[in-house]
Amino acid sequence: MKEPTSLTGKKLGNDANPARIFTMTIDNRLLTAREDETVLSVARQNGIYIPTLCHMEGLSLRGACRLCIVDVKGAPRVLPSCVTLARQDMEVVTNSDRVIEYRRKILELIFSERNHVCSVCVSNGHCDLQALATELGMTHVRYDYLYPKQLVDASHPRFSVDHNRCVLCMRCVRVCDEIEGAHTWDIMGRGITSRVITDLNQPWGSSETCTGCGKCVQVCPTGALSEKGKSVAEMTKRRQFLPYLQMMRGEGRK
Amino acid sequence: MTLSIEDLEGIARIEKDKRESFTYQINVCVAAGCLSCQSGVLKEAFEKEVSRRGWENWCSVKGVGCLGLCAAGPLISIQPDGTYYRGVGAPDVSEILESLGGAPIPRLDCASSRPFFEQQPKIVLENSGRIDPERIEDYIAEDGYKALYNALRMMRPSEVIEQVLASGLRGRGGAGFPTGVKWTAVAKASNGNKFVVCNADEGDPGAFMDRSILESDPHRVIEGMAVAAYAVGANTGFIYVRAEYPLAVQRVRTAISQARHLGVLGNNVFNSQFSFDINVRLGAGAFVCGEETALIASIEGRGGRPRPRPPFPAEFGLWGQPTLINNVETFANIPPIIRKGGKWFATIGTEKSKGTKVFALAGRVNNTGLIEVPMGTTLREIVFQIGGGIPGDRAFKAVQTGGPSGGCIPEQFLDMAVDYESLASVGSIMGSGGLIVMDDTSCMVDVAHFFMEFCMSESCGKCVPCRVGTSQIYHLLNRITKGEGKLSDLDMLEDLSDLLKNTSLCGLGQTAPNPIMSTLRYFRDEYVAHIEEKRCPAEACKIHEAREAV
Repeated sequence: MKEPTSLTGKKLGNDANPARIFTMTIDNRLLTAREDETVLSVARQNGIYIPTLCHMEGLSLRGACRLCIVDVKGAPRVLPSCVTLARQDMEVVTNSDRVIEYRRKILELIFSERNHVCSVCVSNGHCDLQALATELGMTHVRYDYLYPKQLVDASHPRFSVDHNRCVLCMRCVRVCDEIEGAHTWDIMGRGITSRVITDLNQPWGSSETCTGCGKCVQVCPTGALSEKGKSVAEMTKRRQFLPYLQMMRGEGRK
Repeated sequence: MTLSIEDLEGIARIEKDKRESFTYQINVCVAAGCLSCQSGVLKEAFEKEVSRRGWENWCSVKGVGCLGLCAAGPLISIQPDGTYYRGVGAPDVSEILESLGGAPIPRLDCASSRPFFEQQPKIVLENSGRIDPERIEDYIAEDGYKALYNALRMMRPSEVIEQVLASGLRGRGGAGFPTGVKWTAVAKASNGNKFVVCNADEGDPGAFMDRSILESDPHRVIEGMAVAAYAVGANTGFIYVRAEYPLAVQRVRTAISQARHLGVLGNNVFNSQFSFDINVRLGAGAFVCGEETALIASIEGRGGRPRPRPPFPAEFGLWGQPTLINNVETFANIPPIIRKGGKWFATIGTEKSKGTKVFALAGRVNNTGLIEVPMGTTLREIVFQIGGGIPGDRAFKAVQTGGPSGGCIPEQFLDMAVDYESLASVGSIMGSGGLIVMDDTSCMVDVAHFFMEFCMSESCGKCVPCRVGTSQIYHLLNRITKGEGKLSDLDMLEDLSDLLKNTSLCGLGQTAPNPIMSTLRYFRDEYVAHIEEKRCPAEACKIHEAREAV
């Protein structure tokens, strides 16, 4: 899972190689950006909303859910803001009609893919996917639901995985590999049949690499990963540890 | 020991003298297509019969690469007469040997397919069907490795790139990015260990150009890669080839070990400071691994899934190092460009697309096989002259180019000159070179359905539009081919196609809707017939059977 850690591929910030600062506009607002910052992070610093699902502060970049797409002047197609670096004089529009329309369609595709039934889901009320549907104003799904048969693995003593709710954002895979260092999670299969697995597709409960830290559960955006014995109201995700751990590791490397 | 040009010329001379000592050469195709219809047995039969008759001194029997007309295998060619025989079996051996010097045997002669063999000015395939792919000496006799010598000893890396730029060569993998520009990008990248990768993960259904080049003339690809490595400053190369091509893999491995043994790969090639070696990596059959970032991930030992670009591999490729990735056919074009100059190459082809293109001609056409034509040849020439028209003189309907990423081109564009731009303008792409001809028995909805099923099962599953979108499109098409579609489904298809094209992460998803969009554009009436009249105009979809089953 060694994706490029810095999108520019070089170390920044020393005297020999000072980071360059750009000016750019997002939604006609004049903003500044350092050369290693993405459009998404510049937008967030300035309170400009761009929806995201697979992106998570503190984990490697992935650019897979395509919900953070924006219009960039001069680009042939819409670009994912989470992996697009800021450039001098870049002109970004985060809320053009086509971007909003594409986002909604992509979100509807996610809902049509598996069995996302909020009323019987442990994450009802604190689910990133549900929140996105509200924020993007999704009222119905125009595509046919695929209703795949998916399994639930409750073999772990403390946690369970419900593949019906999984959106394949790979947050669990990344946090387990990059933060916990266990790499218990990975993806098997491809395309519509992809599925997250533990330990070469062994039941989670019999995993020999899982440390039981529960970080995967905390970063999961939906009810796919949950703690056993918690009610719907209790099943909130605590993610504060991530930026903290990232920062402390960065300090340690210096 | 380092190889010198005298050694190279010595090998070529010995080989040529040996060839000239034979009055007749019987070249038996031993590429995968003909081997599968027992050309290996045929070659042995020829060898036995020649030695039984004691003709060894004036009649040679040689296994050669692809002769092109794959549907009519096993093929043999008899030189210097230039006679081609098709469908030859072991029982025909004596008769053929008896007829040497006389008139060709009409029963086996390919006379009716003459245009197929004569209308192809070959560059990439110039040695295919003429040299033994398992002997480096045979390649050297055809000026092999001279381009590498010229590049290493007489040109600076920048001069090599200048020639490639001047040639106007564009990537033959499908997208058509100018090869010289790509080389300059990697050459400019400053950090250390650079890599050269040959993409031989050819996965389009019906396409077999790369396989055939590797099976027929593997040294040409190795030489092209070595020249590229010198030009961009790389020392290690990888050939990423599908494991489904065992013969190509075997021949490439043989060729690499021969090249190492002779000294054209290794340290201080031709007594220069240039060192280069090539490794072979096998792909496990994922179509998406033809995408360059997925290919890199696969070589590194990770799952074959693409990542967003930029950074491009030229900057951040294999293990984070600058990496040059070109297709087999692109590398195969390099030796002649260096030998004869970029300007010579630029005289062939159209204004924006130079050189020739190898196509795998398949489908409803008489001469199925591998062809090489200059850019700018019309589809009509390809299908009706070289291809020999459609079996049973049925009506031409469309030609599909570019495999699952391409589109269907209807009859009104038959006289269009084929190049990257013209194909794009009618909603298809050049692609790697699959060319499937369809007649009035082919249902265009069924074609779209087939390609979408392929894209759905080959999508890596990383980004949402491709993973779920291809699946949704497939289900819509499935419904239509069963006669259960609605007219609103067509709008939905167009809508989803637009979404995939604009928001997918890699080329697979971005081009996956092309077969749908082009058939919807040119053959909308067929879709409507499936939906409104519940019938398939070409009678290919089993609507009636589906309904009776219900």
